[in-house]
Amino acid sequence: MINSSLKQLGAMLASKQISSVEMTQEFLDRIAQHNAELNAYITVDAEKSLAQAVAADQRIANGTAEPLTGIPIAQKDIFVAKGWKTTCGSRMLENFIGPYDASVIERFDAAGAVNLGKTNMDEFAMGSSNETSYFGGVKNPWDRSRVPGGSSGGSAAAVAARLCAAATGTDTGGSIRQPASLCGFSGLKPTYGLVSRYGMIAFASSLDQAGPMAKSCEDMALMMNVMTGFDERDSTSLQRDKEDYTRDLAKHESSDRPLAGLKVGQPREFFAEGLDATVAKVVQDAIEQYRKLGAEIVDISLPNTKLSIPVYYVLAPAEASSNLSRYDGVRYGHRAAQYTDLMDMYCKTRAEGFGAEVKRRILIGTYVLSAGYYDAYYLKAQQIRRLIAQDFEQAFKQCDIIMGPTAPGTAFRAGEKTNDPVAMYLEDLYTIAVNLAGLPGMSIPAGFAEVEGKNLPVGLQVIGNYFDEARMLNVGHAYQQVTDWHTRMPEGIA
Amino acid sequence: MSLSTTDVKRIAHLARIEISDTEAEATLQKLTGILGLIEQMQAVDTTGITPMSHSQDVTQRLREDVVTKTNQREEFQKIAPATENGLYLVPKVIE
Repeated sequence: MINSSLKQLGAMLASKQISSVEMTQEFLDRIAQHNAELNAYITVDAEKSLAQAVAADQRIANGTAEPLTGIPIAQKDIFVAKGWKTTCGSRMLENFIGPYDASVIERFDAAGAVNLGKTNMDEFAMGSSNETSYFGGVKNPWDRSRVPGGSSGGSAAAVAARLCAAATGTDTGGSIRQPASLCGFSGLKPTYGLVSRYGMIAFASSLDQAGPMAKSCEDMALMMNVMTGFDERDSTSLQRDKEDYTRDLAKHESSDRPLAGLKVGQPREFFAEGLDATVAKVVQDAIEQYRKLGAEIVDISLPNTKLSIPVYYVLAPAEASSNLSRYDGVRYGHRAAQYTDLMDMYCKTRAEGFGAEVKRRILIGTYVLSAGYYDAYYLKAQQIRRLIAQDFEQAFKQCDIIMGPTAPGTAFRAGEKTNDPVAMYLEDLYTIAVNLAGLPGMSIPAGFAEVEGKNLPVGLQVIGNYFDEARMLNVGHAYQQVTDWHTRMPEGIA
Repeated sequence: MSLSTTDVKRIAHLARIEISDTEAEATLQKLTGILGLIEQMQAVDTTGITPMSHSQDVTQRLREDVVTKTNQREEFQKIAPATENGLYLVPKVIE
């Protein structure tokens, strides 16, 4: 059961082969067995999950079930959920109980899915290894001495170790895609504005976007159907007609050249210096597989790729410094025990409540927004952001979809990059530009690279034009019909 | 642009984060590395380029001026560090 697709799980529930309560209990048992080692979940509440499962079984019995009704889904601990501890990986919110539901939570609840628990993450989603979490690092199920990636590292380990049927994540600079690559599963960051940010704890508001983390593109299509949609409570939510993301999956499924006519752009800057040779080989083989499926591969250029990191490390910290000013120890969250006056209370509360990486980013953001520096940093970064978006606009005149590596390497060892923030930031070299442009991007398992005697997963990044998620999922699905990388499971988790 | 520990402490104060002298020293080193990375931007000619704040050309929506939220004061104040009579308590600011 643990390796079944969401569709298969739905069919098992519909045919009463298993109840949602039994399915939920099985995943809870798996969590009890493996979480002490992996640390994928921060909060598990069996009582709450099972109550939802009971309600789901009733819906299944009375014929009002939807595709995800009764299926246990893990939620990144960045989504506020009523009655659930919601920490965002921070000491600041260590005891914060959600007083309302985030839009994403509401939507999964309405679909009848079971909330299986809240997953570990880098503090306030700032990190690429899950090592900045106040609740400890997460282990990569493929090699437990290595990191799962971040910031959605807990969701990543949970999906990879089959401690949930699927999970949610958020992606500001690569936080869904990079862990998907490092842990060997499928993850999608939708077009900015498709999934409501209401109740999703803010990091960099102009870049943050929630998306599915699952075993396959088919699973992600089902989750997208639940997650997306206009929400007036998010000022950047886009007003669009509801789409069925599964609609293209069966397209040409019977053909042996299902992607004939598809133009795949291969950006030369993604295969330049900085890319690990073993990763490059796996990605090239995957693109070769696409050629066999009928796609035409064209060389393209995204000349400003390298600038995406400096631009991001101005814009994201600037927005974060503003967003995180709300943690002042007054209305919720941590408050220092000892202080002399109001100013001292603010300063001590924030010094105690935030970890080192979060503080660094707040300081960078405060600096670039401070008097006299705005034009040189923030405005300049926004101008280059447009150049980066224009690169993609040009590229999509030559191709339908873009493919390349998701991350420059495979999973690295815990502690390897913690003392060098800049080295850590380079993890997101190929993913950040997609957030800056607001485009959809996904990572799908493309094979393994042998590193020190272990096989570590490698992801293929697929970038689409705005609102082209259905096509991307079809393109990913076609590959997953002829490969089995997405069904592979790490050892020792059965 | 190079920073000093005095700058780091000034920025930390603006951000309302208490920082000790030793922390400021260590932070300075890391921030200098990050600012070095950011500095690459200065080589790009951006004359005449409109800054991009949002990927879609959308305008701010307006809604009818009607009450949409219900009063949940008690619910929200349950998670506050200190409240009294429905008010949030902070250290005394007026003598």
